[in-house]
Amino acid sequence: MITAGVDIGAGTSKAVLVDDGGRIVAKISQKSGARLDLAGALALTAVLEKAGLTRDDIAYVASTGYGRYQLPGRDIQITEVTCHARGASYLFPGTRCLIDIGAQSTRAIRINDRGKVIRFKMNDRCAAGAGRFLERVSRALEVTLDDLGPMSLRSSDPQAISSICAVLAESEVINLVTSGKATEDILMGAHLSIAERALALLRQVGVDGEVTLTGGVVLNPGMLKALEQRLGKPVNASPDSVYAGAIGAALLGFVRLRKRGEAR
Amino acid sequence: MIVAGVDVGSTTSKAVVLDDRRQIVGTSLLPTGANVVRAAERAFREALTAAMRDESEAAYVIGTGYGRYKVSFGDDQVTEIGCHARGAHFLFPETHTIVDIGGQDTKAIRINDHGEVLDFCMNDKCAAGTGRFLDACANVLGMSLEEIGPASLRSEKALRITNVCTVFVESEIISQLSRGEKVEDILRGVHQAIASRTAGLVRRVGTNPAVTFTGGVSRNEGMVKALEEKLNVPVNVSPLSQWMGALGAGLIALERVEGGAVRRVAVGGAA
Repeated sequence: MITAGVDIGAGTSKAVLVDDGGRIVAKISQKSGARLDLAGALALTAVLEKAGLTRDDIAYVASTGYGRYQLPGRDIQITEVTCHARGASYLFPGTRCLIDIGAQSTRAIRINDRGKVIRFKMNDRCAAGAGRFLERVSRALEVTLDDLGPMSLRSSDPQAISSICAVLAESEVINLVTSGKATEDILMGAHLSIAERALALLRQVGVDGEVTLTGGVVLNPGMLKALEQRLGKPVNASPDSVYAGAIGAALLGFVRLRKRGEAR
Repeated sequence: MIVAGVDVGSTTSKAVVLDDRRQIVGTSLLPTGANVVRAAERAFREALTAAMRDESEAAYVIGTGYGRYKVSFGDDQVTEIGCHARGAHFLFPETHTIVDIGGQDTKAIRINDHGEVLDFCMNDKCAAGTGRFLDACANVLGMSLEEIGPASLRSEKALRITNVCTVFVESEIISQLSRGEKVEDILRGVHQAIASRTAGLVRRVGTNPAVTFTGGVSRNEGMVKALEEKLNVPVNVSPLSQWMGALGAGLIALERVEGGAVRRVAVGGAA
């Protein structure tokens, strides 16, 4: 039985198909665009096409993320905190803490050995510490988002960015550029600044066991390095971590479906 | 004899030249840009030119603002808080509360009957409610900073703007535009959102009339109206509001000269 998880984020939408609550059949990630009400449906259509399946093959659809209420035909919507916890636990069973850095929000979540949420803290009021912060910096430095991370790894003298606000940081970055600082050093400084913000949230929920990074920034090696450096221990990440929310939604959907079946 | 106040802000640099009768004889205003030292020098020179005076006539120069330590030719530096207080008291002697909204920060200042600072509160941690916030809103709407205030006043129904983060408000405006909302209604909401945030800051020092609004954002009449509504008191604004810090610095410079102080440095470093 195949269940689908659709994670409609502020920046990208992810869709994942999972077979019997275990194996990932197909996954896709694409830009959400301006029409959040279409983003989820488009991602679901794309992942079905990739798997060579139709909507009728899907037993249950669970949505999550910023746009989770905007997926027509969903069976359930689940908060992104619950889904990321479940997804991270699936990807790295030793996970007890996770940091989820998305385009517009940052979360620190503490979970138990079954992937259940114990505590969480989030910042979704401002772009400080979120992916948008990096987007601003990349724009100011005229570096593409894909190059940000790899380039920052070449830094030998990271420049501290003291502004927390993404908008004020942009001016600070421009000032660093005019004072002749190297792009890679400014970039590493920006990554360290975001890492600090995320770890401040993490400390509020308590650091324990393995720490896993989820959300769009996992694809950025600079971010991973900055987090590990500031935390002083390794952080789990895999290319699939981007899909943690969608994977969690699909897995939780399967649990729901099975419960419903038992009830009948 | 003349004196000068040079206010190097995050976004613009301003200078005011005063004569010994406290008359403003020259002003200047230019973007600060990346080279802060040069911006300070240019602001000073342009104000001297406007006053048709020579640098050698300057008896004392005070630097203020975010870049006050880059006013290399200044005899002293005074915080913008002290200077805004001094300037606002000079133009509106009944002032007890000053709201200063600049390019990157917002301040609420309480002063006594003599223009001395009693208390102040500021937000310089985030761009919410600052000139940068309005700039971002204007950009998203494809308008100039000068246009958005008057446009907001044409609104008949203010929309509620929920985001105060400058980055997020851009997305919020885009989604409201796509929903077919009117530009003036969005703008009215934007101005009200900033005014509420500013009013919160003002309340922390107390709203004691008269209230004087200074800084670059005070040029925006939509902001003046929104602030008056939120504070529930009329707000003083002068065409010189943007030069309030520089004016205050100039007035303090004049007092120093009257107290016997003399000029020690000049542009380029020579004494």
